Amino acid sequence: MKKSHYELIILGSGPAGLTAGLYAARARTDHLLIEKGAAGGQVLLTDWVDNYPGFPDGLSGFELAEKMESHARRFGLTTRTAEVVSMDLLQSPKVLTLEDGEQLTCDALIICSGARPQRLDIPGEIELTGKGVSYCATCDAPFYRDMHVAVVGGGNTAIQEAAHLTKFASRVTVIHRRDALRATKIVQEKAFANKKIDFIWNSHVTAIEGGKGVERLQLKDNNGKETTLAVDGIFILIGVIPNNEMLPLQVLKAEDGGFIPTDNETRTAIPGVMAAGDIRRKEVRQIVNAAGEGATAVLAAEQYLNSLGAVTR
Amino acid sequence: MASDKVQAIDDAAFTATISSEIPCLVDFWAPWCGPCKAIGPVIEDLAEEYKGKVTILKMNVDDNPVTPGKYGIRAIPTLILFKSGEVVDQITGAVGKKQLVDLISKAL
Repeated sequence: MKKSHYELIILGSGPAGLTAGLYAARARTDHLLIEKGAAGGQVLLTDWVDNYPGFPDGLSGFELAEKMESHARRFGLTTRTAEVVSMDLLQSPKVLTLEDGEQLTCDALIICSGARPQRLDIPGEIELTGKGVSYCATCDAPFYRDMHVAVVGGGNTAIQEAAHLTKFASRVTVIHRRDALRATKIVQEKAFANKKIDFIWNSHVTAIEGGKGVERLQLKDNNGKETTLAVDGIFILIGVIPNNEMLPLQVLKAEDGGFIPTDNETRTAIPGVMAAGDIRRKEVRQIVNAAGEGATAVLAAEQYLNSLGAVTR
Repeated sequence: MASDKVQAIDDAAFTATISSEIPCLVDFWAPWCGPCKAIGPVIEDLAEEYKGKVTILKMNVDDNPVTPGKYGIRAIPTLILFKSGEVVDQITGAVGKKQLVDLISKAL
């Protein structure tokens, strides 16, 4: 019979999930990591990672994801590709239901389901997604060789990816709703020094227009003045929303748009359920703290399993 | 996706292949695209599950510029479902298996 119960299930295979997997495998915990697709999470959307300690020359997001995965596999990480559609965390053991109806149970659960890029929710956005509207500069930049593209946002992701886009596009216009960027200083300095990048401040995009592809944006500044900007593409990099569709948000006391609050040890409101990485309610969403939380979560899970007497080591 | 379980197709063979009455799902991808890698395992699963009913193929957009240009592809992964040479529907981004199953069902 197929195994259906695990002491620990880890949901998600981004940096938090893979680090949790590494720690669980090394602790010889009876575990399963459930991944929706290939490992890496949002790291796979990142062109270049220059702030992960231990890699002084930086490395691509792709490479970092692969390294994290092979690192955990070296110690015996067990994974399964599946999509969890719902869960009952109030039962003992906890029950996870997969998309084909199969159910898995666990004593402890670490939720690392992460987040995904937020949409602007403006006219034309959905219709033109894939036809000039993009949420991943790393993926789609090569389609804009010698073209003019807009980047919406002012954080690290937006400004870093604007710089990446200049490797292909002839002009990159950053549109930001404030008069200053939120991105880390060194990222800002590079962008301001890049002659291919220009800025439209205190403005937001109200509509994306075009036929077969994106042709122009309707902009409105903070004084209400409206203008049109002709572009071949628009990259929307304005932050993230949580991947929480499969989670019982009420019992987890989700807040701030559906993120999961925890204590310092990543414990949620439900005993035996931890949350790590971008799904956690927190201020800072970096690869390095996601990884740290993954490790913390396994230690919290071990404590919980020990308290149950479920661990016989 | 860069897997051997899903057959690759190139510009030259494209039109003849999608003209078949058997529905055909083409995954437009490139080696530098993280989300393309992310949906790889799902595409492999689907290729196995729909064997004989739907032809599932992958096209590397770096090596084959003509077809992506013809279909206005500006983002990857993009998956286009064809039947008898016509586009039935398409989807962009690293979507889940259910969304792809729903997409495929439109041609069955």
